[in-house]
Amino acid sequence: MVKQPIITVKNLVKNYGDFAAVKGISFDVYDGEIFGLLGPNGAGKTTTLEIIETLRDKTSGEVIVDGFSVDHDADKIKQRIGVQLQSAGYYPNLNLSELIALFCGLYGIDKTPMEMLSKVALTDKAKAKYKDLSGGQKQRFSIATTLINNPKIIFLDEPTTGLDPQARRNLWDLIREIRDAGTTVVITTHYMDEAEELCDRVAFVDGGHIVGIDTPNHFIDELVASGFERKKQVKLANLEDVFINLTGKEWREG
Amino acid sequence: MNKYSNTKATLAIAVASFRSIIRSPSAVVFSLAFPLIFIVVFANIGGSAVTVDVGVAKTCDTTGPVYQVLKDIKVVHLITNLSADEMAKSLSKGNIDAIINIQKNSSKPPYTLNIQYTDASQQKGGILKSLLNSVFYQLNSRGNTSPQPVAEMKATTVSGRKYKYIDFLLPGMLGFSLLSSGVFGTAFVFLGLRLTLVIKRFFATPVKRASIILGEALARLVFSWIGALFIILVGHYFFGFTLVHGVVTVINMLILSAIGLIIFMGFGFIISGIAKSESTVPPLSNIITMPQFLLSGTFFATTAFPSWLQVLSNILPLTYLNKAMRDVAFEGAGLGDVTHDLLILGIWFIVIYAVAVKTFKWE
Repeated sequence: MVKQPIITVKNLVKNYGDFAAVKGISFDVYDGEIFGLLGPNGAGKTTTLEIIETLRDKTSGEVIVDGFSVDHDADKIKQRIGVQLQSAGYYPNLNLSELIALFCGLYGIDKTPMEMLSKVALTDKAKAKYKDLSGGQKQRFSIATTLINNPKIIFLDEPTTGLDPQARRNLWDLIREIRDAGTTVVITTHYMDEAEELCDRVAFVDGGHIVGIDTPNHFIDELVASGFERKKQVKLANLEDVFINLTGKEWREG
Repeated sequence: MNKYSNTKATLAIAVASFRSIIRSPSAVVFSLAFPLIFIVVFANIGGSAVTVDVGVAKTCDTTGPVYQVLKDIKVVHLITNLSADEMAKSLSKGNIDAIINIQKNSSKPPYTLNIQYTDASQQKGGILKSLLNSVFYQLNSRGNTSPQPVAEMKATTVSGRKYKYIDFLLPGMLGFSLLSSGVFGTAFVFLGLRLTLVIKRFFATPVKRASIILGEALARLVFSWIGALFIILVGHYFFGFTLVHGVVTVINMLILSAIGLIIFMGFGFIISGIAKSESTVPPLSNIITMPQFLLSGTFFATTAFPSWLQVLSNILPLTYLNKAMRDVAFEGAGLGDVTHDLLILGIWFIVIYAVAVKTFKWE
C-alpha cells in the first residue's frame, strides 16, 4: 500500500530578523502514522510545528496540510487539526466541562463535555479546575481539547515532559488509541525511548535543518551496521523497567 | 461539514468569560461591593449627620419669626461670632456654606431674607436652598390666613428641586463601578489570556479575533448591567434614589452604562498591550482610574474645585458620563438631551480606540 502524505513541507524557511530558526526543511507526514519531530532545544521544532498549525507566518517555502495550503486556507486547516501547545494555560476560573463547552463553541461543534472527557478518562474530574489537575491529567485534558473537532491530524508539543513513568505510559496508550482510530499524530519530544516506543517514523532536526528521517528501527539498525557499539553492554531491562516493576504499572492520580 | 458559525464562537467566549468574571472576587468587589459600601456610608452621612454652617450677618434681624424658625432647624448651624470680613473669607473658602441677612421691612412683605451662597460649597448650599424653600413655604402658608405673606426670600439662584445626596452619589458610584470593571477587568483578562497562551490556543481554532474581543466585551457588559441594575434598585428602594421617569430612566441609564463601559474597556485594552506582567497592571490602571475617580465628580461636584483643576475635570470622560447619568436620572433628561456629553464621550471613544489598535498585542 502506498502511503499518502497528509502533510507536505517543502523548503520551509523561517527567519526572526537576522536569526534563521528554520533553514529550508522538507518532509512528509503520512496519513495515519505517529510522526516524531526530534532534536535539541532551539533546533526549530516548535517553530516548524507552529507554522504547520497556521499559528506563525513562514518566511518562505510551501506547507500543505490535508490538501490545503497554509497561505490561502488557514481557516480550513484549523478546522481539520487539533493543537496542543507546550505549556499553554486555559481560560481562568472554569471547570473542565465548561472549558470543553467553550472549545466546542470555538470549533462550532456540538458535543457534550462528558463525551470528550470520557475519551481521556476524566469524567470524574468534570467539575475540577484545570489548575487542580495532576501533570498527567492536565496533558490528557489538553489532548481532549484537540479531539473536539474530529481532527485528521493532532499536534502534540512535548506532551510527556515532567510526567512520571506511569503517567507517561498512560499517555502513550492514549496516543496509540488516537492513532488507531485513524488520526495522524505529530509529536515532539526530548525522550528517545519515547520516540522509539511510540513513533512510526521520526525526523531529527538540528540547527534549523533536518539531519535524518526514517523509522526508529531503521535508524538504529543503520547505526549498528556502521559498527557503533554502546560502551556498556545493554542488559535485557533498564532502570525504568525496574521502576515500573517495583511501583506497578497502574497509573495513579496525584 | 457544517458552515462555521462566528456567532456561536462569540457566544461561547461570552459565556466562558461571564462565568469567569462572576467567580473572580475582585470583579465582584470592585463592581458591586465598593459602590454599595460607598452608598451606604455616604448616603447615611448625607442624610442625618450633615450640618450646614450659615453665617449670620451683623446687620441681620435676629428677633423676627424668620430667624427663630431657622434657629430651630437642627441641620442649620448658625454662626454669629464672626466679623463681616472673616465671614466673607470663610464663605469664599467654603468653611461656611452661606451668609444670611434678614431684614425687617417697613413695607410688605415684612421680612426679606438675603442669602449669599458659595461655589466652594455647592452641595450644602443646595441642601440649605431646599430647606429654606420648605421653611418659606410653611411660613408663608401660615401667613396666608392673614392677607399678606410673612416674608420673602431674595437669593441669586433658587432651585425648586428637592435635593438628595443619593441622587448625586449613585450615578457617581455607577461611573466608578464601570470605570474599574472596564479598565482593571479588561486589562487583567487580556494580559492574562495572552501570557498564559490561552489566546494562542484560541488561534489554533477557526475563531476570529473579532469574536474574542466581542465575546469578552459582551460578558463584561452583561455583568456591568446586572451590577448597575442592582445598584440602581438598591439605591431606589432603600435610599430613595430618584428615577424621574421610572423604567425609562433606568433603561437610559443602562444605555449610558454601556457607552461608558466600552470607552473604559479601551483603556483596559491599551494597558493590557503595554503591561509586561500582571504586576504592572494595577499601577497603570490606577493612573487611569484614580484621577477620574477623584476629579470627575464621583463624590463632589466638580464645581467645588479651583478653576485650574476644573479644566482637568472637564477633559476626563467619566466627568461627562457622570453628568449625563445625573441629568438622565434626576433631571429626567432623555438621551437626546445629553448629546453634548455623548459627543465628548464619542471623541474619547475615537481617541482611545485609535491608541488601543496601535498598542494592543495578541501574542
